[in-house]
Amino acid sequence: MLESLQRTAFDYFLKQTNKLNGLVADTTRAGSPASIAVIGFALSAYPVAVERGWIARDDAVQRSLSTLRFFAGSDQSGAVISTGCHGFYFHFLDVQTGLRMWESELSSIDTALLIAGMLTAAAFFDRTTPAETELRLLANFLYDRVDWCWAQHEVGDAVALGWKPECGFLNYGWRGYDEALVLYALGLGSKTHPLTTASFEAWTVTYQWENLYGIEFLVGGPLFVHEFSHAWIDFRGIRDRFMREKNCDYFENSRRAVQVQRQYAIRNPRGFAGYGQDCWGLSAGDGPSIEPRTVAGRRQTFYGYAARGAPWGPDDGTISGSSVVASLVFAPEIAWPALRLMFGRKAAQRGAEGGEQVVLESGQQSGLQHVLQAGRFVHASGFNDSAGAATADDGISVWLSEGEFGLDQGMIVLMIENFRSGLLWRLTRSIPCLRAGLKRAGFRGDWL
Amino acid sequence: MPASTFAAIPDTVQPSSVEDAERLNNVSPVGWRNPKPLSVYHLLVIGAGPAGLVAARAAAALGADVALVERHQIGGDCLNDGCIPSKSLIRTGRLLADMRNATNFGAVPPAEFAFDFRAAMLRMRRITARISRNDSAMNLARAGIHLFFGTARFTGADTVDVDGTALRFKKAMIATGSRSMLPDVPGLAEAGFLTNETVFDLRVLPKSLLVIGGGPLGCELAQVFARFGSRTLISHSEPLFLPLEERDAAQMVSDALARDGVEIHLNSIATKVWMEGGQKVVELVNDGNTATTRVDHILTGIGRVPAVHGLNLEAAGVAWSAEAGVHVDDFLRTSNPRIFAAGDVCLETRFTNTAAASARIVVRNALFLGRERMSALTIPWCTYTDPEVAHVGLYVKEARQRRIPVKTFTIPMHDVDRAITDGEEYGFVKINVREGSDKILGATIVARHAGEMINSISLAMVAGIGLRELAHVVQAYPTQGAAIRQAADACVRTRLTPQKFRLARRWLRR
Repeated sequence: MLESLQRTAFDYFLKQTNKLNGLVADTTRAGSPASIAVIGFALSAYPVAVERGWIARDDAVQRSLSTLRFFAGSDQSGAVISTGCHGFYFHFLDVQTGLRMWESELSSIDTALLIAGMLTAAAFFDRTTPAETELRLLANFLYDRVDWCWAQHEVGDAVALGWKPECGFLNYGWRGYDEALVLYALGLGSKTHPLTTASFEAWTVTYQWENLYGIEFLVGGPLFVHEFSHAWIDFRGIRDRFMREKNCDYFENSRRAVQVQRQYAIRNPRGFAGYGQDCWGLSAGDGPSIEPRTVAGRRQTFYGYAARGAPWGPDDGTISGSSVVASLVFAPEIAWPALRLMFGRKAAQRGAEGGEQVVLESGQQSGLQHVLQAGRFVHASGFNDSAGAATADDGISVWLSEGEFGLDQGMIVLMIENFRSGLLWRLTRSIPCLRAGLKRAGFRGDWL
Repeated sequence: MPASTFAAIPDTVQPSSVEDAERLNNVSPVGWRNPKPLSVYHLLVIGAGPAGLVAARAAAALGADVALVERHQIGGDCLNDGCIPSKSLIRTGRLLADMRNATNFGAVPPAEFAFDFRAAMLRMRRITARISRNDSAMNLARAGIHLFFGTARFTGADTVDVDGTALRFKKAMIATGSRSMLPDVPGLAEAGFLTNETVFDLRVLPKSLLVIGGGPLGCELAQVFARFGSRTLISHSEPLFLPLEERDAAQMVSDALARDGVEIHLNSIATKVWMEGGQKVVELVNDGNTATTRVDHILTGIGRVPAVHGLNLEAAGVAWSAEAGVHVDDFLRTSNPRIFAAGDVCLETRFTNTAAASARIVVRNALFLGRERMSALTIPWCTYTDPEVAHVGLYVKEARQRRIPVKTFTIPMHDVDRAITDGEEYGFVKINVREGSDKILGATIVARHAGEMINSISLAMVAGIGLRELAHVVQAYPTQGAAIRQAADACVRTRLTPQKFRLARRWLRR
């Protein structure tokens, strides 16, 4: 199952990439822009694919080089239509031209994920061939170019989430605990424009350590907050001051966060269909945008693409399959059964209306277009048993997100790989700037 | 937002109803004759709001000669423009929300139920009139307080002029309160807007209302008017409402407002207002995007500023500033040792209970050689949205900024049996303790009845009762307050380390 899930997820990067510039589409949907975060995942996935024998090393190197060359030569003027500035890049870019799309923000976190991918590729492609040498040079050049300090615009000099040429830095009060651990590790380790240690302090001052459902952990509602940084960094056994104070580490914390998500689903306070001990996982992703309906006696609205979280919501009954896959490495004993349940869901597709309206039927085959492949519920950005369409027969209907999102496929590839072999963690442990950054953030122990 | 001018206080207020007439007769009677002044007063209090009333009554009850000066209406904001009117309307709002949710409970409401705005406002006025009786001008006079209506100005270190009458004092207390801060939006004054001082005078339910300001007042009233049936929008300049509160609580308020149909604009600033077709057109800017909206009324609630102008504080040697108001030390004494201050005019936290507590401190410190500190008080507060948000003590962020290791015990209301039976599950109890102990540093409660619930935590903190000890207190069951007991139980369970467990089993198996 894991090999199948990983391979299928990796295929996304083969199919959704513009080979000329290495830009990868955000989703499989028509008209989708490229997402720089997804490109970061792609760059990290190529080493996995080479190790697993899914593509040739040369092919992976060429793909990575196309990407790096594009960014190195991209328009860094920060104009309304450009690719970026100060070493950062706009979140969404046109797949053909590489220019800003959707008036998206210059994104600090998505640039960090892109840079993480570049450095991971550089760590893996370590041969002295001209191509791999150029790859490493470009990756390091692009990392050095990022002016992390310029983005220190939040309270206490924490890093701002984004910037727009139209209005300057975005004021989101973006501080911990969230997915930015990898950003701070990279920024603090920069030799050219390092973040101040005060920025990390400021980011952690909003940490909340709570005993919830009897589980003590550093709180973060959506699962991706506890998972993204771990795609690259092995947090087992290394602790910053906060985790030393709590006698824990961020890996163990993510494990506890997964347990909390499961406990929330068992309680299922909002009465959604399907929730239970083997069906949990609220995270950022696509969900239904249908009209409100009554769920468990309440009027429930549906939030479309949103960062869902437990226990305070938003929760409209949408489960994120990829977040369950990513949980495998933290809590396999509870992620396995949930994964098996999702993987084994058989469904038939019956016309789309916004997401796919999928009908689960036991036995009957007539009138069906095709049975969905196994794992469809895992690869989709979200599924929702409370938002299915009405059916004429007795079939149980479920809403399934249309197509696939690159971020989800990236997490599936990387986190399954970390579970199977720890490859990404091995690679990043050897990256000097990441080690330096973590140390400046106050991390000690184990491999540091 | 920079403050511009204050909303002017009208010289005379015309009663709009029998109830209003009773209230005005209590709080600002026409034809009141100021008493003949004594040669000197033990305590002269400027401002008859919550702080002034508490101080005047406490001092008079102890035998002091007290002068109380009020420029407008006894009871101040709380009675006339704040707590009492707003909570009365909030109760109506809650009923409407419950009615809309009736089928969930098995009740069958009419297809369309009517809402009588005038009746709701009348009920509010009746309540205000009734509560105004206790501290009416006559009652205060009967309590031996010399009540002067007029404008007070200091004329020396120990003298005050009230509209031409000179008063001398041994000690004085400034309790002039605060006024609504007005946003500096071009065109707003010309287009007209409401503040807390005028919104409760509305005669007709606004068809649409834009609330500028996402603090407690803005959130409370936005929810109320949305529940009344006005198309309601709220614009707030920050990414989250209730800037003081912790993020999960602020997010819950945001979710609640959205559930009630309030159109929410966070990170949003009103930049221009103008009239068009009898409506107010407002330009709102958010992250570089400009949108315009048309509304019938605008209500502003962006904060309050101390009412320090016109007192001629310099003549008395009292230091002050526009932002902080009257400068006081921890004993609430000003730079003139004879003069103290209490309430909104000098404190950062501007709540009725804080004002009252500070007034009590002033009476003891000013008249009886007291050395009580304001900072020693444990003061809870509450925002009365639905769910309510109540807080006491330290926030987690404050503890972390002071490098105090802190752990929070969190009980979601969806884990509380009575909250489930009541269908009032939105919320949580979060109790912050010092790591390694059970000393309660603070708590935040989000719940339908958070204001009631926070008081037992306040009590525990003042009495020095730790969270583990609370687990020994048997509570009535099922109650929503039991959530606090559940947090205490969770705290006790953390003490059961693996070693203790092994010892217990060895003992049991001996």
